[in-house]
Amino acid sequence: MSKQEDRTTAVDVKETEGPAGPVILFFIIGFAVSLVVGWGIFPKLLYSQKHQPVEFNHVLHQAEVSDGCESCHYFREDGSFAGSPTLESCMECHEEALGESEAEEKLIEEYVIPEREIPWLVYSRQPACVYFPHAAHVLTAEMACETCHGDVGESDHMKVYEENRITGYSRDLWGKNMIGLKKNTWDRMKMDDCSACHVKENVRQGSVQTEKGGCFVCHK
Amino acid sequence: MKIDRRCFLSLVIGGAAGTALTPLPWKMTDDSSIWSQNWPWTPVIAKGETFYESSACTLCPGGCGITVRMIEDRTVKIEGQTGHPVNDGGVCVLGLSGLQLLYNPNRVTSPMKRTGSRGSGRWEPISWDEAIGQVVGKLSELRENGQPQKVGCISGSPYGTVPELFKRLMTAYGSPNVMTVPSLQDSLQLTMKIMHGSDAMVGYDLENADFILSFGSGLIEGWGSPVRMFKANSGWKESGIETVQIEPRLSNTAAKSDQWIAIKPGTEAALAMGIMHVMINDGLYDSNFVEQHAGGFSGWKALVMEDYTPDKVTAITGVPAAMIQKLAKQFAGAARPLAICGRGQGDEPFALNETMAIHALNALVGNINQPGGVVAVPKPDYIDWPDAEMDDVAENGLAAQRIDGAGAGKYPLTSSLLNRLPDAESAYSLEALLVSNANPYYTMADARSFQKQIEKIPFVVSFSSYMDETAMHADFILPNHCYLERYEDVPVTAGMAQPLIGLARPIVEPLFDTMNVGDVIIRIAQEMGGSIAEAFPWESYEACLEETLGDKWETLNDEGFWVDEGFQVAAWEDAFTTESGKFEFGNASLNLFPGFNALAPEGDEASYPLILIPYDSMRLANNAVTNPPFVMKTIEDTVLKGNFGLVEVNPETAKSLGLSEGSVARLKTPKGESRVKIHLYHGIMPGVVAMPKGLGHRTKDRFTAGKGSNIKELMGPVEDQASGLDVAWGIRAKLTKA
Repeated sequence: MSKQEDRTTAVDVKETEGPAGPVILFFIIGFAVSLVVGWGIFPKLLYSQKHQPVEFNHVLHQAEVSDGCESCHYFREDGSFAGSPTLESCMECHEEALGESEAEEKLIEEYVIPEREIPWLVYSRQPACVYFPHAAHVLTAEMACETCHGDVGESDHMKVYEENRITGYSRDLWGKNMIGLKKNTWDRMKMDDCSACHVKENVRQGSVQTEKGGCFVCHK
Repeated sequence: MKIDRRCFLSLVIGGAAGTALTPLPWKMTDDSSIWSQNWPWTPVIAKGETFYESSACTLCPGGCGITVRMIEDRTVKIEGQTGHPVNDGGVCVLGLSGLQLLYNPNRVTSPMKRTGSRGSGRWEPISWDEAIGQVVGKLSELRENGQPQKVGCISGSPYGTVPELFKRLMTAYGSPNVMTVPSLQDSLQLTMKIMHGSDAMVGYDLENADFILSFGSGLIEGWGSPVRMFKANSGWKESGIETVQIEPRLSNTAAKSDQWIAIKPGTEAALAMGIMHVMINDGLYDSNFVEQHAGGFSGWKALVMEDYTPDKVTAITGVPAAMIQKLAKQFAGAARPLAICGRGQGDEPFALNETMAIHALNALVGNINQPGGVVAVPKPDYIDWPDAEMDDVAENGLAAQRIDGAGAGKYPLTSSLLNRLPDAESAYSLEALLVSNANPYYTMADARSFQKQIEKIPFVVSFSSYMDETAMHADFILPNHCYLERYEDVPVTAGMAQPLIGLARPIVEPLFDTMNVGDVIIRIAQEMGGSIAEAFPWESYEACLEETLGDKWETLNDEGFWVDEGFQVAAWEDAFTTESGKFEFGNASLNLFPGFNALAPEGDEASYPLILIPYDSMRLANNAVTNPPFVMKTIEDTVLKGNFGLVEVNPETAKSLGLSEGSVARLKTPKGESRVKIHLYHGIMPGVVAMPKGLGHRTKDRFTAGKGSNIKELMGPVEDQASGLDVAWGIRAKLTKA
């Protein structure tokens, strides 16, 4: 009994004796380093930087086409959305080189002549488990493209595509801002953003068949 | 400054506190959940334009129209074609699974030359030029020796441009030996020839009939055109139309019918005769038709009255006399009764006088060429090529007797007797064999005898898209495109009441180095040169098909099918082209009358006390096509358990043999034996055991090989003397505990 008491006392003595300085210093070092890693290094490690296979100028094309965005990003007869144009659409004009730019040469040499589809990197592609119909949003709800896509249509070059190394999806879904602050509606497209808008617009929350609120309204 | 344990802990705590104030933990949590919900190896359907292509299904003779859902250039799903006269939007389990035949790992990916012994599975890929060169070389050699008749050809169906191209090749080359896989259609067409005097196929106006008497036909198990039959059957049920199934086994069709008459196997036609006896005796027949439009009635009537009294029929069939009386009254009492024959799916022929008996039953109620009755439908006649010129070698070769004995001697009526190949008494033997759209090595009843015959032929060429049993035992394989990759006309012969053609179209680019068999025949002919090349003036098979179909080509390409809108069923006055111009109840000069043949199955009763009968299932493809994996998964565990096929045995029989449910047994017939499991079933009569067709493949296809036993290898021939066709309804068997 007495032996144990002795030891306890000894520990107490040691604690009160030790200098507080190094402990605080190490706490601060740990704190500071983790902030640097978390804010500075982690985002750079998380995303890889990719460039589009062919440089593309929306402004230039907008001036050439008659039907605005829908000239290339159109709805098919069955209501499904064509998304990024296929090589066939490009070849309606670019069957042969138009101009002498580097991008034009690449387009013709690498894609048009071998008839290979251009593997566009889609900034706004949702994960495979999400069912997103453009028709319901654009045709029925009459939302503008910009609400979700921003001013892509007015860009004169394609920005760097940042791919999340873990999920494989675009950075644009989470947003450029790491803590998820958004100024514009198109800054972030996470599930909360979908549901916030659905609630705001009083969209039916449940399944038509079961009348229950459900994941499967949007999720596969 | 002393650095101790506390400093280290402090560093960690500081790090943890700092990290919590960065996006790292929250972002990692989110990303890892997204990652785990979208595993990168989970297949995701590629996006793209969705559209539908129409085509024809060629997997059975049913002739359904299909609509293939496509995303970009990939096939995604097969559905039934809405508005198609055969299946109107419906599709069967095999048709639905057709994409697994397109992408089947058992496909032959290029022309092949055998390098090991037959069946060893050792092959060497060769070029198309070499493959065609080899065939041309062998055919030229036989022709130079003046022996063109030594080349045989087996085709799955007698109709359509591909079988016609084969016939034309053989004619111009000089061989009479074009054989087709036998089926119920052979017996039905001979019946039409004898009783109507016309070259016609038998169609049934099922949808308008109001009483169905089925002599063993698997109405909802693949008989006729399966999807049409499902729909017709549903229609009957909805409108309360009675169906009667006469069959020794409680099949699905029997279970869904209003009356099931459990009859002794092989005696179905005797019951038809008994029913006719009662109808004639009681005056329950259409005297207008019989007296005004039919001949030979009085002579045949005497035979019916004498030999088929209800008591005699009861002794043969085991069906009580009162039941025979009742059936006769029901059949004769209906406004539009229809009698149907052909056991199971109708893959096996019926004895000729028995088919005639069923047809006579329809004639007695005047239900020939009438709404709800049997309709004589002209054979497909759109292939109208000028006759091939023959040189002297060809003429000499064609003058030789056929190797299978069809069309002469004992069998003057029949045009092809593939089943007689093993027993052929011929002055010569085959030196080369071409096999297209057929897997006779597996499907022929009495398969073992047939297999021995094929092994004797020194040069066998298969045109199969798959490494099936016949291809495995061939010397060269010149693989055809899969049906979704090729053009092919599909004349519908399976009991439709109007002439109809479907067109299979290339929905996808060929996946492998295959070639349409039509193109291969044209190339072989052109390389043979001389009069053979002249008989094949077409640039390609597609050109040949387009020219042949003429004004139907466009409709077929747009709609996927062509119906003869102008077809009208001939009235009784014009329907019959026999010598008398009337319907004939038999033919005295051929001594052929509707009747019952007591065809005993092979084997003696003492050694083989049981009778083994085959049955058909919608879940087991048993023709040139082998089950795709999806369809294999639909087979009940009372049919296939693990690698064991189950034999249906009545509990009473099983008890006497000391067998119980699931026990392993040896099933032995005079033709072979197999290890099986026992399934106790009250739906099979004592003394009879049943096994399905379509199991026991001996290929390297991992989805079907070694699963169950091939009943055809246990079967022996049950030959119909009149036609020479093998009705193969059963064989004697013995079951012993293993």
